Amino acid sequence: MEEIVKIQDEIIDEFSFFDEWMEKYEYIIDLGKKLPLVEDQYKNEQHLIHGCQSQVWLHCEEKEGRLFFSADSDAVITKGIIAMLIRVLSGQKSEDIAKCDLYFIDRIGLHEHLSQTRSNGLTNMIKQMKMYGIATKASSYE
Amino acid sequence: MEHVASKAIEDHWDVEEIRNEFPLLKNTMHGKPLVFLDSAASSQKPRVVIDAISQYYSSQHANVHRGVYALSANATDLFEAAREATRAFIHAQYDHEIVFTRGTTESINLVAHSFGQKHLNQGDEVIISAMEHHSNIVPWQMACEANGAKLKIIPLLDDGTIRIEDVRDLISNRTKFISLVHISNALGTINPIQEVIDLAHHHDIPVMIDGAQAVPHLPINVVELDVDFYAFSGHKMYGPTGIGVLYGKEKWLEDLPPYQGGGEMIKKVTFEKTTYNELPFKFEAGTPNIAGTIGLKAAIDFLGDLPSTSIEQHETSLLEYGTSLLKELPGLHLIGTAPNKAGVLSFIIDGLHPYDIGTLLDHQGIAVRTGHHCTEPIMDRFGIAGTVRASLGLYNTHEELDQLASAVSKAINMLK
Repeated sequence: MEEIVKIQDEIIDEFSFFDEWMEKYEYIIDLGKKLPLVEDQYKNEQHLIHGCQSQVWLHCEEKEGRLFFSADSDAVITKGIIAMLIRVLSGQKSEDIAKCDLYFIDRIGLHEHLSQTRSNGLTNMIKQMKMYGIATKASSYE
Repeated sequence: MEHVASKAIEDHWDVEEIRNEFPLLKNTMHGKPLVFLDSAASSQKPRVVIDAISQYYSSQHANVHRGVYALSANATDLFEAAREATRAFIHAQYDHEIVFTRGTTESINLVAHSFGQKHLNQGDEVIISAMEHHSNIVPWQMACEANGAKLKIIPLLDDGTIRIEDVRDLISNRTKFISLVHISNALGTINPIQEVIDLAHHHDIPVMIDGAQAVPHLPINVVELDVDFYAFSGHKMYGPTGIGVLYGKEKWLEDLPPYQGGGEMIKKVTFEKTTYNELPFKFEAGTPNIAGTIGLKAAIDFLGDLPSTSIEQHETSLLEYGTSLLKELPGLHLIGTAPNKAGVLSFIIDGLHPYDIGTLLDHQGIAVRTGHHCTEPIMDRFGIAGTVRASLGLYNTHEELDQLASAVSKAINMLK
């Protein structure tokens, strides 16, 4: 869990250098463009998280109690935010992913992208990431 | 570019004076002056509408058509005055042809449900167009499904128009109803509704027009149109949300069975049988949105005080100006280029997602809508996921369109 907190704090720190919204979004757009895409084989209906405005594809793999995510979106800003979520959560322990508070989104002023009206698939993607965490955690105690 | 067109109407159209009537337009968004270009989703409200609602709840509220006391009688008078104002606004013949609903969606559901129940049978057909809002698709799908009827679709041409020949070809001896949008919310196309109504009536087919986008832009005369049903919403014509109108010809409203049951819509109730109230109350079950009707009347009065030809002129001038500005931007394609068009600038940009553009416009203080605009079949027709839509109201200015164009240009630079 410490790791998740540490990475979130790093992101908040990085964003504190931006004086205005344009710099912030240029950074997010850049992240979006660099995001390693989900492999084509996973870019299908099964991995699709529907949004009213933009779509997200999410793939998850488990290795020794840790979850590894890859994802893509048709909108580059959504993709940039996904890149940060992956940076925070990918490779973390499933129980930490299930429990963690993703406070960095609010703190860097991107909460609007998670509001209901945006319907960009992000809210559902976070839910899905946490569900993977819960499901993996549950199965490991069976 | 010089605002030649705006100069031409300056004499009798003072947009700044009009803007002063709309308190919300003074808002800022992300610290920038608000440029509100989303009136097709819902328009802002003039002070007279806000005041009328506030005054009603402060000093005039009581239930209508119920009490014998003075307050209730007065509320009833206000409510029925709103009906009369609405009748006059669309030039209907009788007050009882005006049914208050929650909005265009409920008006269409009412007709689809009640007409379907009485007149649609196995193998019958209902015609709509490919440019309908979901609210003029789904109720008819439901009515068709419930009664074994089929939905026929008038195809859309590349410029976002329909052809009367295609309507003619679709009409068969099984066609029972035609429901068509007056002005498309996603494309701005003004449909040739008079031709469609005349053609339909030639075959004894009744027609409903979804006028949600039309009433704030054009004067409507339901008698001249000879339309059977006309539906619209208060909130798109500078009135409150939650109030809508269904105009229906007396003969049709008499003919159709009630939509919902409850208080107000009955004449006599026993456990064996209920007889229904007369028009329009037969279709107004339950306590109505009284404050909404009062706000609607205030909006009608507000529009009535403005010269309607000037609303059209101003908005046409804005549309032409906005079109010329956007066309200059690299990779931008307007979706919906009908020669007869109102109030909507819908566009896509090569390689860019509408969500990204909308987000970057938002941060520049510009409110537009992005996505499929509740018209997924239109998006499918054009093979796109969605558009960015700037829609115009009577309070928009040419300067705001300059700001839109420059903000879009900035977004393109940031995203490319």
